[in-house]
Amino acid sequence: MSTSMTASRKLLLAGGLVLVLWAMSFGLWYALFLEHRMLERMGGALATGFAQAADRKMEDAHASLATYSRTQFDYVRQVDVHSHWGGLAILLMLLGLAFDRVGFSERARTALAALLVAGSFLFPLGVLLQTVDPGAGPKALGAAGAAMVILALSVVTVGFARGERTS
Amino acid sequence: MLVMGGIALIAAGMLLGDLFAVFVLHQNAGRIGEHLMAATDAVTAQNPQAALQNFAAIGRRLESRGTKVDAHAHVIAFGYLALLLALLQPCLALSEAARRRLAQLFLAGAVLLPVSVFLIHYVGLEYSPLESIGWASIAADFGGLLVIVACAGYGVGLVRHLGRGGSADDSLLRDRSRSARLLLAGGTLLILAGFLHGAYYAAVDLAEHEARESRILSTMVERAAQKDAAAAHQAVADYGMLQGEKAVAIAAHSHIIEFGLLAILMAFLQPYVMLSEPWKQRWAALLLSGSVVLPVFVLAELRLGLVAGGIADFGGLMVIVALLGMLVGVVRYTGGLDAGRPAP
Repeated sequence: MSTSMTASRKLLLAGGLVLVLWAMSFGLWYALFLEHRMLERMGGALATGFAQAADRKMEDAHASLATYSRTQFDYVRQVDVHSHWGGLAILLMLLGLAFDRVGFSERARTALAALLVAGSFLFPLGVLLQTVDPGAGPKALGAAGAAMVILALSVVTVGFARGERTS
Repeated sequence: MLVMGGIALIAAGMLLGDLFAVFVLHQNAGRIGEHLMAATDAVTAQNPQAALQNFAAIGRRLESRGTKVDAHAHVIAFGYLALLLALLQPCLALSEAARRRLAQLFLAGAVLLPVSVFLIHYVGLEYSPLESIGWASIAADFGGLLVIVACAGYGVGLVRHLGRGGSADDSLLRDRSRSARLLLAGGTLLILAGFLHGAYYAAVDLAEHEARESRILSTMVERAAQKDAAAAHQAVADYGMLQGEKAVAIAAHSHIIEFGLLAILMAFLQPYVMLSEPWKQRWAALLLSGSVVLPVFVLAELRLGLVAGGIADFGGLMVIVALLGMLVGVVRYTGGLDAGRPAP
């Protein structure tokens, strides 16, 4: 049986596919051009810090440890962003397949789909921007994106339950 | 091809994860702790060469651990994506031959990338034309490129389909069996729980963990330089405990969400599982039970120790057994659903 695809499903499927391509391209670029440098810098800074402490150059040692902490801060976020964009993309496409089962009007479903797509892009983007500016702005963007995804998914869960009751 | 490939990838990834957790993870962490202790002693003894040697050993251990974790995570993620792409087939305006070629390309990349990542630690820079990237890394990147090209091909198919009005034969998605509903509801709740746990971790624990790590490392070198070996060793122990706290929080967060995605995927694939409904329900219940047991007991590992770790590993095994049970059903599938699907 053929059924026409609703706008909310189109939005989630297309948004998810674009996001998964974006996530993989980011991962490939990161693996090719940045990851090895980050790992070398992180390991080098920590080892150098201990060697400097052994030489009793304590100021240098603390500076090396600070470099290690800063690099690790960036590395953790860069890897997290790759996995979160990819994971959220898969979730968007999965929800896109089943979105007609959400027991709300198509208008409400389209608004939920838009919230999910926007949150899925903005949340990791905010995390990534923290590596450039560790201030409040990127943190707020990441938190807002995460809140959008959690809120939308909570409403979708209720919608699935309503859809099952009415089907 | 994508359904069987996807389930096989996920089961292989979980088996790798379980073997890694039982035979490598704790032993590796123990050795790293020993080298860190030795590096601290080298600081006390004013021996920078020994400190550097111990950090070189730590680097090798971390590479061994990191590549295995990466291989585990990527093979499972590609398994999910393969299952999802299988479900998307009715929404793709592509010829049968193009679908088959894209599936082969995707699966080739999905196997090549994690296998190559796993080998990075063992191949190293042997015969490499580059200064810091070995052949295994190059092969892994090529595998990633194959997956990207395959996904772009699927994207073209989806855009063409949407351009033609976007109708969809969703016979798979209309399955309202009890096993499918159980997996869909359970999967959605698992994902929501994982998101809430992740948000809590990011808001409450993440910054504190990062600040504590910096403090502990400073204390370690300060005390060692002051020849206060006991305090320096205590800082090494604190560092190990902190790494444990971080690892269990992240593992619980990622596993509960992954299992939620898996449950939803398997909900859609129930029509392909040629088993009686009671058996489908048993496998669904086993998958969901394992999906709760693993992350909950991973989180409990710091308080309850190895007993909790063992129970968490058993939870992983429950998920693997449930998947293998479903895979048996997929192998018995005769192609009836696909035979009724209209040509693109």
